[in-house]
Amino acid sequence: MANRINRDQVQHVASLAKLEFTDAQLDAFTPQLDDIIGLFETLSDVDTDGVEATSSVSDQLNVMREDVAENWGQSQALLKNAPDAARGFVKVPAIIDESEDN
Amino acid sequence: MNYFKQDLASLHADLVAKKISSKELTQATFDNIKATDPKIDAFLALNEDAALDQAAKIDAAGINADQPLAGIPVAIKDNIVTKGLTTTAASKILENFKPVYDATVTTKLADAQMVTVGKTNLDEFAMGGSTETSAFKQTKNAWDQTKVPGGSSGGSAAAVASGQVVAALGTDTGGSIRQPASFNGVVGMKPTYGRVSRWGLIAFGSSLDQIGPLTRGVKDNATILSAIAGHDDHDLTSSTQAVPDFAGDLNDATSVKGLRIGLPKEFLGEGVNEDVKAAILAAADTYRKLGATVDEVSLPHNKYGIAAYYIIASSEASSNLQRFDGIRYGYRAKDVQNLEDVYVKSRSEGFGDEVKRRIMLGTFSLSAGFYDAYFLKAAKVRTVIINDFKAVLKDHDFIMGPVAPTPAFDLGAEIKDPITMYMNDILTIPVNLAGLPGLSLPAGFSNNLPVGMQLIGRPFDESTLYKAGYVFEQNTDFHLQVPTLGGQN
Repeated sequence: MANRINRDQVQHVASLAKLEFTDAQLDAFTPQLDDIIGLFETLSDVDTDGVEATSSVSDQLNVMREDVAENWGQSQALLKNAPDAARGFVKVPAIIDESEDN
Repeated sequence: MNYFKQDLASLHADLVAKKISSKELTQATFDNIKATDPKIDAFLALNEDAALDQAAKIDAAGINADQPLAGIPVAIKDNIVTKGLTTTAASKILENFKPVYDATVTTKLADAQMVTVGKTNLDEFAMGGSTETSAFKQTKNAWDQTKVPGGSSGGSAAAVASGQVVAALGTDTGGSIRQPASFNGVVGMKPTYGRVSRWGLIAFGSSLDQIGPLTRGVKDNATILSAIAGHDDHDLTSSTQAVPDFAGDLNDATSVKGLRIGLPKEFLGEGVNEDVKAAILAAADTYRKLGATVDEVSLPHNKYGIAAYYIIASSEASSNLQRFDGIRYGYRAKDVQNLEDVYVKSRSEGFGDEVKRRIMLGTFSLSAGFYDAYFLKAAKVRTVIINDFKAVLKDHDFIMGPVAPTPAFDLGAEIKDPITMYMNDILTIPVNLAGLPGLSLPAGFSNNLPVGMQLIGRPFDESTLYKAGYVFEQNTDFHLQVPTLGGQN
């Protein structure tokens, strides 16, 4: 293994991505990601000096429109998809960790 | 009733002449799906009650000669939202998600009075090339149930190939319409980026994603594309270019005489199966005999497409999939103490391994210290790949080659090895990077498995691809061969 990315870095990237992995998953993912990043590094063979980056292939660029609010009257239907809702609001656990108070 | 050998035009004629009703056709479609799907597993959800109601209403209003799609069943890939009909993207994180609106494409099909019969299986969030990353079921190839159907639109391709429906919608970010079409011996179009609105498509790689049709013949494909294409205020990357009557234009497509076709030497290189190579060379000869010229050309940076794509698509995916956080919709982990845990545990329990791999690759490629070396480099290589295509298409009307290096492979053969799986996309991915149209159509067989040919055109020139595909169909019989499944034929 070429060690382009190690276990600690995989942990760090996971925390950025709001994911967590068990030790067994880290053991499996780390070499896989390392191999794929090795594939990515073949791009260094391509001379891109002076080449502009492409971020979009759309023929519509910078389309402007008025910012008009539309009320689709769907708040009740939307809330039906929420895992937890009450009185017209989505319910979430406390933002502050309550477990520390126990 | 048996509609297996019918196409859109013949079904339409029968509906107008009242030889059949839409309700009868829709009921026969559900009967057929129920008989064949235990073998194929193409569908994640059926829309039986609503579809039969809609069909009855269409019958009551009457079907006119100027409504070519009215009353005809269609299947929709399950990463396209359908109002009130569960839409999962084949992910546990969206298992019970009922959209409150319709995608523009499904609205357009409903306006054309097509009847949505159900939602087809896919790789989770369209990330995969075999439909094996679906959280719910394993779709099988219509020709051989020990083989993968391809992916990610494996459900749509298998549903069309097995005769469950005459048409289905798929989506294509790196080959996800064309490769399963090839593996199942049907026709699949990845339109030019911007040709079809992405509103209501669950986003994967927003600069790459396009919705397109899968059908058994070229003309049917053209008919559906005209129905779903066009500018949409809800997707500002959708083009304002006029939408041709793609199918109508085929009526005078009798010849490819004078067309200049490029066959890139890189498309028949290392790793391409001998039978696939032979089928493409034979197709080139067919075009030559019909009066076209076929030149060997070069797309020298083609092999870098995979690396550039897996950086760009994964980066866009890592951003797009941030919205799945367990708050407003979708799966929320149980027994969580705080908001951070809702995010982390819901995502970690809700996403499958391939989706996590892509999110990780994308997050890595965009992270501080790595952005220039990975994401920015890939975006520059994308420009180089686009320039390769521009150079060839300057003096060629289109490019031809295989869709995938091999025919359908065994179920389970590649799922444990991500890089091997990614390499299947080497001939389709560059087309998405460049935003070009790509048509996949049947061009041969290898050990009784279909082999597909890919035609790649200039931006917004789907017409030339359809014409060349249609002429090829008129001069070959690959598209007439169908799998022997469930005894429909």
